[in-house]
Amino acid sequence: MRSLDTNKPKTRLSNSNLLFMIAGIIFVLMYGFALISYPGSFMQFQTFFDLFNFNAALFIVTLGLCVVMIGGGIDISVGAVCGLVTMACAMLLESGMGNVWGALLLALGIGLAFGLMHGYLIAYLEIQPFIITLAGMFLAQGMLTTLHKEPLNVTMPAFVGLRNFKIEIPWLGTVNRLGVFIPCEIKPGVIVVVVLVLLYAVLMKWSRFGRNLYAVGGNRQSARMLGINVKKTIFFSYVICGLTAGISGFVFLMTTGAGNIGNGALFEMKAIASNVMGGILLNGGVGNLLGAPIGTLTLLTINELIRAAGVQSNFQAIVSGLLLYLFIVLQSIVMSLRGRRKFRLTLPPWLKPHQY
Amino acid sequence: MTRLKTRFNNLSHLFLPLSVLVILIIINLIKGADYFSITMVNGAFYGNIPNILFGASELVILSIGMTLVTAASRGQDISIGESGAISSALFVQYVLNAGEVTLSTILVGFLISCVAGLIIGAFNGTLVSFFNVQPMVATLILFLGGRSIAFIIDGKVSPILANEISNRIGTVIPGVPIPTPIILTAVFIAIVAVVLKTTNLRLYVEAVGINPSAARLNGINPKKIIFLTFLLMGVCSAVAGFIAVNKAGRHDSVNLLKFIMMDAILAVALGGNSLGGGKFSITGSMIGAYTIEVLNRTLLRLEVEPEAIKAFKAVFIVVLMVVASPVVRVFVRKVLDKAKTLVARYSVRQTGGLNKAAVSITDTTGKEGE
Repeated sequence: MRSLDTNKPKTRLSNSNLLFMIAGIIFVLMYGFALISYPGSFMQFQTFFDLFNFNAALFIVTLGLCVVMIGGGIDISVGAVCGLVTMACAMLLESGMGNVWGALLLALGIGLAFGLMHGYLIAYLEIQPFIITLAGMFLAQGMLTTLHKEPLNVTMPAFVGLRNFKIEIPWLGTVNRLGVFIPCEIKPGVIVVVVLVLLYAVLMKWSRFGRNLYAVGGNRQSARMLGINVKKTIFFSYVICGLTAGISGFVFLMTTGAGNIGNGALFEMKAIASNVMGGILLNGGVGNLLGAPIGTLTLLTINELIRAAGVQSNFQAIVSGLLLYLFIVLQSIVMSLRGRRKFRLTLPPWLKPHQY
Repeated sequence: MTRLKTRFNNLSHLFLPLSVLVILIIINLIKGADYFSITMVNGAFYGNIPNILFGASELVILSIGMTLVTAASRGQDISIGESGAISSALFVQYVLNAGEVTLSTILVGFLISCVAGLIIGAFNGTLVSFFNVQPMVATLILFLGGRSIAFIIDGKVSPILANEISNRIGTVIPGVPIPTPIILTAVFIAIVAVVLKTTNLRLYVEAVGINPSAARLNGINPKKIIFLTFLLMGVCSAVAGFIAVNKAGRHDSVNLLKFIMMDAILAVALGGNSLGGGKFSITGSMIGAYTIEVLNRTLLRLEVEPEAIKAFKAVFIVVLMVVASPVVRVFVRKVLDKAKTLVARYSVRQTGGLNKAAVSITDTTGKEGE
């Protein structure tokens, strides 16, 4: 058996995995730093879960954008679509005409409609994705403000029940000052996030669509030569992104319980930043889907750290920008060193397993 | 005749933006025939056309810079509004701390803001050219942090720029009937035109945008050219910030030039430029910028509800981009050719004096147009 192992051909680490590893290492370092410097808050498991609880929608938006970015495109309408879905669902629930399932269907429908529009225009009419999704963003924002301007709180009992629904983890938790054990709580949105991450990871790693998408993102011309239906692949990537944006809108509504004009604002920029931190390049063809949640976690941890440090609110944006800068420069240096073959990710000889 | 035809072919990329502008103007004329009327109010021109030129001045300047950046680096700069806010914040602080405001104070302040624009351009350009980061990601850093930097420079919420000269730069100089921002924009456009005519900038930028490695083999350093375009973008955003802050009379670090990068990118695309780099047309971008301003004002004039304006704008953009898309263009050309040959055949049959050879000749001439 041992001889079999050593005969295995050595495969060079792909760019996707290298960037993903960098992202993972940086996240671990960042969280470790947070644990050491602010043990009071970061030592509690609830803090970690709260990153998911309150930002489930951002995680989902990032996932959808990641699929498009791997295909070499971009979708900047995701935040606006997310906001539109929250308002439309809130209005449907408040009008008393629909139940929670109806709202979910509405959310999926809006997302699908935007995805189909973007996909058709970009893939089959070959229009630049930035402009089309910019138009989609304007359309969603315009529809949102036309629908309703004031914040709309959903008071429907079934939905409020869903909003307040929490899953307690009995074996994890903290003991407060009075000695009462408080179990950790997660919200249903987190389960949606986990399910979607697993689903998309499987989709991108093992399905034909996923492999086609990597090929198309890497080089469109050679993908066509290989017999891949490029247009169909790009079309489906945008449809998936739109659907995901719809789901994220519903999850957003489940978290906050109110439709508001500001919902989902700047999500597209945050999602792009998270994806870049997760090692997914805007050029396309490079990136591991699991990098998307890792990148989002890194971004959120940075924000939490800055908040815990008590930095003035104006410096917060600057510090997070600086960290993004350091991150991007680090990524680029590693990639260029790798390109010059000066840097190889192999174990040093004294660490290698003894060869027979 | 043939020279005229080649000249027309050279201008064919301007066909789409110009036709859109004409359609919008026709809509406005239908709405009210007095669209072009210009009146004199307090010694300055007042009317729709001056208003459009006045309102679009920052956007035109920014779209010029954006065209260069897009052409060379194959990506877009999304931090232009923020860099304009930062550089104009420095200008405002200099003017407020200078004591008595003279023309030279304003000029020095303007130069300081230009230097700030250059520094910001150098920051973005270093990331894009030397670290090989995609332009959108590189400029995302300043997009996220830029407004806060501008606020910290301000030190308080929106300092007011109340002096005679700033007011004149923002509105009109007594005795000159044209609003000053229009004059400044015209001067800027003239400078850019002279630079593009007299230097090799256009050739180098297009070469780098079409194929960086081929450009490098021909002795052009793509990194330098991309860096240069970002520097120019920085100057453009500083000038735009200067005009915007003088127009507003105060420096609102949160709302100054907010989300203008979307309009600038749109102007570049409307002007018939590819967002994937390569050949570019600054005239097209400028027409695109004015088209956006006309569109905004047309929607307001048609009494569209202000909440729905963005949705209408989106529909307009989608329709326009579909009409301009390569697939539709090829399709339309095919249909037109078919119609042409059909008409030719029909007319030949009607005259009856020609045999089949003439028909085949008309067929081939019809196909030459493809």
